[in-house]
Amino acid sequence: MAIGLGGLRTAGDLVARAQMEKKLKIRDAKAYVAKKLAVEPMTLSDEYAMAELRKKLDIGLIIALTGYAKGLAAKARIAKTCDFRINSVTRLFEKTNVSTM
Amino acid sequence: MTREQIKAELEAGSNDAAEKGHLPGLTSNEFDHVLEIITEPNRVVSVERGREVVLTRDGGVLKYTGASRYSGSPLSKEQAVSVGERIVGLDTMELGNSDYSFKPCKAIAFDEAQHMENAQMISIIPLFYGAMPNLGSYYQSLGGPWPAPTELLKQGKIKESRETQERAAADLETDIIYLAKIMDRAGSDGFDFDTAAAYGDAEFYATLRGIEQVKQETNLAVEVGMAGEMISGMHCELDYQGTRLAGLWPHQQGKLIEKAGASMFGPVVNTRTTKSFPWNLGRALAFIKAVTREVQIPIHCNMGMGVCGVPMSETPPIDAVTRAAKAMVEIADIDGV
Repeated sequence: MAIGLGGLRTAGDLVARAQMEKKLKIRDAKAYVAKKLAVEPMTLSDEYAMAELRKKLDIGLIIALTGYAKGLAAKARIAKTCDFRINSVTRLFEKTNVSTM
Repeated sequence: MTREQIKAELEAGSNDAAEKGHLPGLTSNEFDHVLEIITEPNRVVSVERGREVVLTRDGGVLKYTGASRYSGSPLSKEQAVSVGERIVGLDTMELGNSDYSFKPCKAIAFDEAQHMENAQMISIIPLFYGAMPNLGSYYQSLGGPWPAPTELLKQGKIKESRETQERAAADLETDIIYLAKIMDRAGSDGFDFDTAAAYGDAEFYATLRGIEQVKQETNLAVEVGMAGEMISGMHCELDYQGTRLAGLWPHQQGKLIEKAGASMFGPVVNTRTTKSFPWNLGRALAFIKAVTREVQIPIHCNMGMGVCGVPMSETPPIDAVTRAAKAMVEIADIDGV
């Protein structure tokens, strides 16, 4: 915990996804996410700045504010914002493609 | 210990790694840096701002739920994911069964998939499914179908010992891809091979081939955490794409893990319980520095009890844990823990 990004408190989940999907080393993973969010890499571990940015982009918060995206809805917005292929989101869209029924 | 004693232990540990792994070891500046980290007066230390890394888990939810070897807390797996994500602030989380090996997980794969589907609905951070390859569970000594190679070796049956390991490895590969496909359908983000190669080179062989198949047949990111610092030669004649597996050190293991298609590699350097904290940290840093220099995928160093400089204890001291972690980030240049 002393050396970690802090998950939803900051951008830890997003940098993790960049590592998992793009196989990027930590500096490149941070640069990738920072570019997608239009911030400096140092901002990614700033709790205040990231809370405000996550609220603005509606990509999931550590505080359960009513009306903001949670769970799968937040992940769907993360996939679009950061250009990630998120498995559960892809499957959700396949299941909810009701026009093909 | 005096500063001079600590420095001497760091150098001795680094030299041991350099000799065994044929590595360059730490430089003079790196010794000075880690010495400053170890002698810093604060109890808990951290990295420079901007150097924070990603945290991935092995045994993720098991440490938050009813497993008696961990917290024994009365939480469901889905609740454990929420605690990890929304209270602890983890970057990633992992689901797994308390009998944490591929073989027992196979029998309950669809029950595990239900937990994964539930957890995916309510969580935002990436979720892995994790289990140990644990080739030993395929031998008759642990209730498996194949004769144990150790028993055959005692009888001098070397050829038969190798054959039984090859059969067990083939079964393990089948179970790995079976479970991975189900977790892929359940929406998992990744698949974690934990404590890989615990039963030696045949287990590492099955793991490498399992990674290949998971990457070919699913959408899962693969993380591989190792069991130990060197691959034991239980079989001794197995190779992967021309590289003999027995006797490989972390930087050599990582190259093969990367070649097989994994997204992240978790190397291990075992803590020598008869040696000091600085000796073990100097040794671990020398090994892991070689890994980060030679392997191009993200390196998530195993830093639990008894590995990579962390003392062997059920409750590792926080001063030692944070010093080892800071040194791994700032000197060995790891990408995660």
